[in-house]
Amino acid sequence: MTLDGFEHEKAARIVAVDWAILAEDEGKRLKALGVDEGAEVAVIHRGIFGTRDPLAIRIGRMTIALRRSHALAIEVEPA
Amino acid sequence: MSRKRTAALVGNPNSGKSALFNALTGARQKIANYPGVTVERKAGRLVLPSGEPVELIDLPGSYSFDAASPDEEVTRQVVHGEFEGESLPEVIILVLDAANLEQHLVFAQEVLELGRPTVVALNMIDLAERDGLVLDPAALSEALGVPVVPTVAVRRKGLAELSAAIAEAESHADEEAHKRWHLTLPERRLSAKMMARGAILSKSTRHTIENGVDRVLLNPWIGPVILFGLLFVIFQAVFAWATPFADALEAGVGAISSLVTDTLPPGIVRDFLTEGVLAGVGSVVVFLPQIVILFFFILVMEASGYMARAAFLMDRLMAGVGLSGKSFIPLLSSFACAIPGIMATRSIPDPKDRLTTILVAPLMTCSARLPVYAVIIAAVIPQTSVGPGIGLQGLVLFALYLAGIVGAMVVALVLRHTVTSGAASGFIMEMPRYQLPRVKDLAIGLWQRAWVFLRRAGTIIFTVTIVLWLMLSFPKAEPGESQVDASIAGMVADGLHPVLEPIGFNREMSLALVPAMAAREVAVSALATTYAVGAEDEDVAAAGVTDKIAALWSLPTALAFLAWFVFAPQCISTIAVARRETNGWKWPAFMVGYLFALAYVFAGLTFWIATALGL
Repeated sequence: MTLDGFEHEKAARIVAVDWAILAEDEGKRLKALGVDEGAEVAVIHRGIFGTRDPLAIRIGRMTIALRRSHALAIEVEPA
Repeated sequence: MSRKRTAALVGNPNSGKSALFNALTGARQKIANYPGVTVERKAGRLVLPSGEPVELIDLPGSYSFDAASPDEEVTRQVVHGEFEGESLPEVIILVLDAANLEQHLVFAQEVLELGRPTVVALNMIDLAERDGLVLDPAALSEALGVPVVPTVAVRRKGLAELSAAIAEAESHADEEAHKRWHLTLPERRLSAKMMARGAILSKSTRHTIENGVDRVLLNPWIGPVILFGLLFVIFQAVFAWATPFADALEAGVGAISSLVTDTLPPGIVRDFLTEGVLAGVGSVVVFLPQIVILFFFILVMEASGYMARAAFLMDRLMAGVGLSGKSFIPLLSSFACAIPGIMATRSIPDPKDRLTTILVAPLMTCSARLPVYAVIIAAVIPQTSVGPGIGLQGLVLFALYLAGIVGAMVVALVLRHTVTSGAASGFIMEMPRYQLPRVKDLAIGLWQRAWVFLRRAGTIIFTVTIVLWLMLSFPKAEPGESQVDASIAGMVADGLHPVLEPIGFNREMSLALVPAMAAREVAVSALATTYAVGAEDEDVAAAGVTDKIAALWSLPTALAFLAWFVFAPQCISTIAVARRETNGWKWPAFMVGYLFALAYVFAGLTFWIATALGL
C-alpha cells in the first residue's frame, strides 16, 4: 500500500521508496527530511479537490508537505 | 598581522538561523548576491568579547551537502572553501533547533565531518520547553565533541556565551585536531537518533500547539476561508493605509518642487530638476508606503510560520498551471506592484518555478494601472447598470483584472511547456513551527526591502527618467509648435504610430506610450500634456483628459488601449528588478518581448472585434 491510500492520522512505517520515479532533487530532499525506508510517518492533512493534493505528513517532530505523486512512490505498512 | 576574521552560520532551514544572525550582528548587514547566482549573501559584523570584530555570514539553510537547490549548493561550496571569492570561514556556528534534534543532528554530523572549528548553538530552546522537552546541552556537547551553547535568539539569551565560544574556537582555528569519521546517511540518522535520545532528559506527551492550530488552518474547508479573509484584510490595508502616506510623500515632492521653482531662475536647470528629477522619481517613490505595508504582512506571515500553510492551501490551484504553492504569495504581491512580487520569488527554491513566476508577475494588475484604467473607463464606458448593484464600469474594471489573472495562468502554463519546461515542479516543504514574530526582525526585514526599492528608484529609475525627460524636452519647439510634437519623443511617436495605427491607436496614444515606459500611470499625464490640457497635477489633468478622450476616441480605440495596458510591460522599474533577480538581460528581454507581443495582439483583437461589432 502506498502512503497516498493510507488511513489518516494512523502511524505508518515506510517499507520502500521508489526513488526511480521521483526527480533527483526531490529524492534528495525527501531523504534529507528523513523520508526513507524504516521511517515512521502519518498523513495528517490533505487538500480538498479530487485527488486531495497536496498532503501534509508528520515525521518525527516535523510536519512536511508533499504531493500525491511523491506519496505514490512511498510504500508503507501499518506501524 | 591582521587578517580578516570570518565565521559562518550553518544550519537547517527553520533552525532560527536568521533570527540568530540578526541578534548577533544587529541592523548593520550587507546584503548582496553571490556572484553568478541569485542566492542572497548576508554578512554582518560580530564583535567578540575581546572587542575584536569578525565578519559573520549567514549561509542559506540546508538539509544536506548533497545539494538539491542552488541555495544548498552555495552553502556546500562556501564551507568546503570552493566558492570563488569567498574565503573559507574560520569558525562554523552550527545552528540546531532544540525541539527537532533528531532531524537537525543528521546534517550537523555532515557539517562536523568537515573538521572545521565548530560551535553549536542549541537554538529556540524556549520552544522546546514549550513542547515539554528538557534538554542536556552538556551531554550533547560530549556526544558531538564540540561546545554546545543553548540560545534563544529572539530573546538574546545565550549570545554572550556563544560569542565567547566562537572566540575560543577561533583561537584553535589552525589546529588539525578536528578530523572525523565519515558516515553514510543511514548511519548518520541512527547516531542522530541516539544522540537526540541521550540529550533529552525528559519529554512530556503534551501535544504541540501545531497539531491543534493546523487542524483549523489547514482544514480543507475552513483553511481557505481564513486565508482569503486574511488576504482581503491585507489588500484593504495596502490600499487604504498607504493613501495618507502616499499623499504626504506626493505633497513633500510637490513642496520641494515649488521650492526649486521659487529659488532657481527659469530655465533648463530648473525644468530638469522639477519636470525631470522630482516628477520622475516622485512618481515611483509614492509607491513606497504600499510596498512597506505589503512586505510587513509578508514578513509577519513568514516569521510566524503561516506562509508555508498558505502555500500548502494554494498548491493544488497553482499546480494546475505547472507552478507550486510557493508562487502564490509573489503573484499576490504583484497586485500591489510587480517589484515586491518579483523580489518575493526568492522564497521559491526551484529555479524554473521561480523564473516562470518572475516572467508572469507583471501580468497581475498592479496599482499603477488603476489610474489609467480609471480615466479611460470613466471616459468611454457609460455609467449604466447591468444588474442589481452591478455597474457596467465596475464590470469592465473587474474584467481587466480577470484578464490579467487568466493571462498570467495561461502564460505560465505555456512557459512551463516551452522555455521553462522541465520535470513537473515538486512541492516538498517543511512546515515550520508557529512562532510569534519579533519586532526587531520585522524592522530589519522591512528596512532591507525598502532600501532595495529606494536604491532602484535612485539609480536605474532615476537615469531612465532623465533620459525620458531629455527626449521630451529636446529639441526645443518653435513658437506656436507644441513641445511634445517637436521633441525626440515626438519623433519616436511618429515612428511608432504606423505600427500602432492598425490596432486602432491614434497619434496621441502612441506618444503617451513613450513616457509611460517609466511608469504606466504617466500615460495619463502624458495624454493630458498632449491634449494641452495644461494641468500639472495628475488629478486635474485626469479630469480634463476624460472629457477629451470621451470626445475624441472611438469606443474600439479606447477598449484597445485598455487591452494594451493589461499586457504591456510599461514599467522600467519592473524590468530593472527582473534583471537583478535573473542575473542578466536575457530573461527581462524575453519578458518585455512577449508582453509587448501579447499587448499588440490583444489590443488589435479588441479593436478589430469591437469595430466589427459596430461598437
